[in-house]
This record gives sequence, structure tokens and C-alpha cells, in this order.
Amino acid sequence: MDRTGTPLVELRDISIAFGGVKAVDHVSIDLWPGEVVGLLGHNGAGKSTLIKVLSGAYQKDSGQILIEGKEAHIASPRDARRHNIETIYQTLALADNLDAPANLFLGRELTTALGFVDDSRMEAETRKIMTRLNPNFQKIKQPVSALSGGQRQSVAIARAVYFNAKILIMDEPTAALGVHETKMVADLIKELKKQGLGIFLISHDTREMLDLCDRVSVMKNGKLVGTERVEDVTEDDILSMIILGKNPKAAA
Amino acid sequence: MTDTTTKTGTKTSTETRPHATASKRGFLGQMELDLRLLGMIGAFVVICLIFQFLTGGLLEGRFLTPRNIFNLTIQTVSVAIMATGMVFVIVTRHIDLSVGSILATCSALMAMTQTMYLPDWLNLGLGNPITPWVAILVGLVAGTAIGAFHGWLIGYLTIPAFIVTLGGLLIWRNVGWFITNGQTIGPLDPTFQTFGGINGTLGETWSWVVGVVAAVVAVAAIWSARRSKQRHDFPVKPAWAEAAVCTLVAGGVLGLVATLNAYTIPDARLERMFAARGEVMPDGFTAGYGLPFSVLLLIVVAIVMTIVAQRTRLGRYIFATGGNPDAAELSGINTRLLTVKIFAIMGALCAVAAVVASARLTNHSNDIGTLDELRVIAAAVIGGTALSGGIGTIYGAILGALIMQSLQSGMAMVGVDSPLQNIVVGAVLIAAVLIDIIYRKRLGVR
Repeated sequence: MDRTGTPLVELRDISIAFGGVKAVDHVSIDLWPGEVVGLLGHNGAGKSTLIKVLSGAYQKDSGQILIEGKEAHIASPRDARRHNIETIYQTLALADNLDAPANLFLGRELTTALGFVDDSRMEAETRKIMTRLNPNFQKIKQPVSALSGGQRQSVAIARAVYFNAKILIMDEPTAALGVHETKMVADLIKELKKQGLGIFLISHDTREMLDLCDRVSVMKNGKLVGTERVEDVTEDDILSMIILGKNPKAAA
Repeated sequence: MTDTTTKTGTKTSTETRPHATASKRGFLGQMELDLRLLGMIGAFVVICLIFQFLTGGLLEGRFLTPRNIFNLTIQTVSVAIMATGMVFVIVTRHIDLSVGSILATCSALMAMTQTMYLPDWLNLGLGNPITPWVAILVGLVAGTAIGAFHGWLIGYLTIPAFIVTLGGLLIWRNVGWFITNGQTIGPLDPTFQTFGGINGTLGETWSWVVGVVAAVVAVAAIWSARRSKQRHDFPVKPAWAEAAVCTLVAGGVLGLVATLNAYTIPDARLERMFAARGEVMPDGFTAGYGLPFSVLLLIVVAIVMTIVAQRTRLGRYIFATGGNPDAAELSGINTRLLTVKIFAIMGALCAVAAVVASARLTNHSNDIGTLDELRVIAAAVIGGTALSGGIGTIYGAILGALIMQSLQSGMAMVGVDSPLQNIVVGAVLIAAVLIDIIYRKRLGVR
């Protein structure tokens, strides 16, 4: 893993508070091209909040976001997309009443020369990417509410992958999935990594994280406990960071 | 032994599955018609037949006469126009209780523009060629501005739509009163009155022209959709089913035109029309009314709104926001501005409805549009718009308005007491929603 030059993303000293609660408290992390960085921590540790600052869903109170060395102002999801940041949310963020193509292209519809939405072209594109991601996917024209958890997940993933993301944020991408689909997501992460994307991955599954990530950052009560390369730590080390909020290596 | 049975069992079931789905798609399935639409059309036909029987039997009944159908269509227009806008409002999980009052304010402004402001300030009298158009423009601007203002309060200041439009219900009803000092303003400009229905129709020849063009365009649209599907190698329904749908659509359009043409202008009125041109009416001359301008206006509104709903980004965002507001926002959709646009469209349609409603009455009266908000919401809901958001169609809302109006005027023809009429309409609204809920549960769709 080459970590020289400029990182793809640098979050510097990010803070965000809701009311009196400091959800994220002066946290700095970075991400390099072709790297997967895992975010670990209890529920409410601030992982999702931190990542939503990058995806434009929340506004930071203080701190800096640097994309490829240049300061980026991300005030909305639209801004994040302009910086080639794509997010797969824990809730998937799908409009249940619309079909897969409408969801995939939501906010970025393909249009005809007259400016109308081009449904058949979007459907054709969706079929194309779906045969790559999930060949079993058939129900293209049905509302996504009619799909299984895994199929819904592949729509959300397809949406993130289709638009040539450079930075991918995945919030618990395998939480709702079966064994087969979890493997599919893991393979995809490895494939995207090879293509040089940077990926932030949030998960509760420590073993999965050690398997997929290059580095892991652990958060507790809004603060960063530490960031470690996976080859330097054991599963037990990480667990104690999550539970005790102390970095055993720093203590040693 | 058990093993074998299970094996064969699984095998047969996998083999027969595609077959079973194919046979389940029976006659109607192959036509790929919307079952909800069919249900509504069925309900409408049943209502018409019941009233036909009650007013004198299948052949002698007074309900399904050209005259009554003509009246039914022109009575439906105003509510139907607003119902198309209410679909967008309800689809995005909002409500608009102020449409009747906005209609009253727009109507008051347009009436005052024609009868007071233009004549007094600009010296342009009634009958001046620009009078009706200036009046309509004033109404449209006012309606759009009021709607946009409501949308701003709802979207940007996050006041619930129920409260904003409940306030609006009182405010705009009485702004209209204030503008006119509570007086009835009329008569309105003769050209303006042609939007009301009976005072402005296309006549037989032009009605046929419009009908034929509409039928051809509809068939062409169905055909081009099929071609587009084939181009992308998507499955299409069999040619005979496509042809049957085309026949039904074209037949419906031409049948309506034939019916409206069959309602002939009374002799006395024809004589006056000839006299006005300085001619004498030939003996035995008859002429049908044909398509009223107001119905034509409704058709145009319906087509535009359907295109907006199905073919534009705005429509896509409206339905996405209704289905999942958070997802819409995370996809970069500006849902606040979207709210402003939706209510602005609603306001503009209230103004259009105000033109039709006041033109039909030939004057502006203080109570114009009273209780229209409830009729409009009921029409949209009967037409299948889900209050939980994300689901609704323009044609459904128009059909809903038509069903409500035919119930109401049918009962009036039969001589049902006024309170009973409203009791029935209320009960029908609740029953329609119940049927819709049951239907959606059965089909497993939301």
C-alpha cells in the first residue's frame, strides 16, 4: 500500500454537535487511492455522522475536508456527488415506489434531446450494470419495494458504482444480506479497490473488517481512539479499542 | 421413496413455474391494462347505468342523454383541473385545503380586472379583445404567486401544509370577499364566458377534427412506445392486445365527440345566433354543441400534467420525494424548492379552474368554489392517490372527479334530498379508500 503523495480524502479536525451532544469531536482521518479504511465503534460512536459530513448529508461545525489536496466545500449531497463521492447508506435511501432504473438515476436522469426523461435508455443501462453486479436481478420494472433485501442492496450499490465514483462510502453494506450476497459485496469491494477507488467502510463485523480493510479507525463517544494498519493489530486489539476506548499499542 | 417424491416435486414445480405465470396472465393480463383504472371505469359505468334505470329505464332514462352527458362534463371540469394538481400535492405527502378559496380570490381578481380595473383605469370596456386575456393573466399570476407563497411557508419555514392551507382557506376566501366588497360581479366579458362550457363550444365539424386528431395521436403514441420497447429488446404485449387497446382508446374518444355533437342547440338560440349575424335561419336547420372549450382546456391540462408526471425530472422528483423524502434529499434533490413548485402549480391550476367556474356562472359570486377543496381532495383520493405519498395518477384524479360529479347530479335528477346526497358522497369517499386499501393488500403493493 503506497501512502506517499497526496491522499484522496483528508478529514481534518472535524467536529459536529447536535444540541449539546458532540457527535463528532475533533476527528481526523484520511484515505488513499486504492485503499479501504474501516470505521469501527459502538452504535452512537459517531461513525455514520462523520461519514455523513463527507457525503453532504450533515454540515460540519468546524474542520476541513480536503479532496486530492484541495479544500472542498460540501454543503449538500449534490456537492459531494460533484466531487465524485458516492454513498451507500445504511437505509439504502431508495424511493420504494419507483423501479430500479428510476432509483439508480435519481437526481441524475438521462434525458432525451427534448429534455424529457429517457426511461428506455435508463432501463437498458440498468440492465447492463445489473448483469455485471448481480446477474440474478430480473425485476427491473417493478417498484423496489417488491425486491428482496439483497436485490435492493444491489440497486443501491449499482447507483454508487455506475457514476464512476472516486470515493465510495459504504455504511453497513452487508448488514441485511445473506452469505452469498455478502460475498458478492466483498468481491466487489476488492474489485473496486483494484480500480483505484478509495473506500470508507462502516461495519460492526470486526472479522469482515480485518479481511477487507487496509486500515481501521476506531471511534468512541465521538472521539477517534486510533487508526491502525490491519497487519499491525489483532482482532482482540480492535475489540479492546472499541470497548475500552484505549489504543493498546499506544499504551504499551 | 420420500427422496424421489421431493425431487420430482421440486422438479415439476420449477418446470411449471414459467408456464403458470404465463397462463395466469389471462386476457386482461396480456392487454397489460391497469386494473385500478379498469375498476374505476367499471364503477363509473355501474353508476351511470343505475341512474339511467332510476330515471326511466335503459332506453328512456334521462341520465345517459347527450344533454346530461354534456352537462356532466362541463360541471366536472373545474374540480377536475384542480384535482390534477392535488395529485402532486398529495403524492408528496402534503395537503391543500385552500384550493376553493384560492379559486375565489383569483375569480374575484379576474372579475374586477374585467369590469372595474381595465374599464376605469385603462378605459378598456367589456368586449375589448385584450380584456379577457389580461384578466386571465392577472388570475394566473395571482394564483401562482399565492401557491408559491404557501409552498415557501411549507418548504422553507417548515410549517405543516395542513396548517398553512387551513389558514389559507380562511384568508383567501375573505381576500376575495374584500376585493369585491362581497358583491356579485358580472356579467363577465363575452369572450371570457366562452371558457365556461355552454357558451363556448367547438361545433360539430371542429369537434370531429379534434376527435380524429386525438385518436390518431393516441394510437401513434401507443405505437411509438411499442417501437421503443422493441428497439431495446424489451418484451412487448402481443399485437392483437395492442390493437385492442388502440381500438378502445380511439373508440372512446370518438364516442365522446359523437355524444357531445348529438346534443343540439335549441332552435330559439340558433335563431338568435343567425339573427346576430344578420341572417335568417333556414328551415329544419340543426347544429350540435360539440366539444366545449372548457373540456378541451381540461384535456390539455391533463395531457400536460401527465407528461410532467411521467416524462420530466420534476415529475420524477415529485414521486421520489413522496416515496422516500430522505432518499430524495440524499440524491441531491432540492425538496424545499420542489415544494414551492408543487404548490405554485396547484395555485396556477386553481386560477385556471377559476376561469372555468366563473365563466360558467357568467359572473363572480362571493361563494364561488365553496367546499371545492373537499371535492378536489376526494376526487384525487377516489382516483387512487395515496395519502401516504408516492402513488397517484392524473387520469385517476379526473375519473374520480367525474365519478363524484355523476353521483351528485344523478342523485339530484332522481330527486334525492340534498342532505342525503352529501351523506352518500361522503360514504362513497370512505368506501373507495377502503376498497383501494384492500386491493393494494391483495396485490402486495403499497
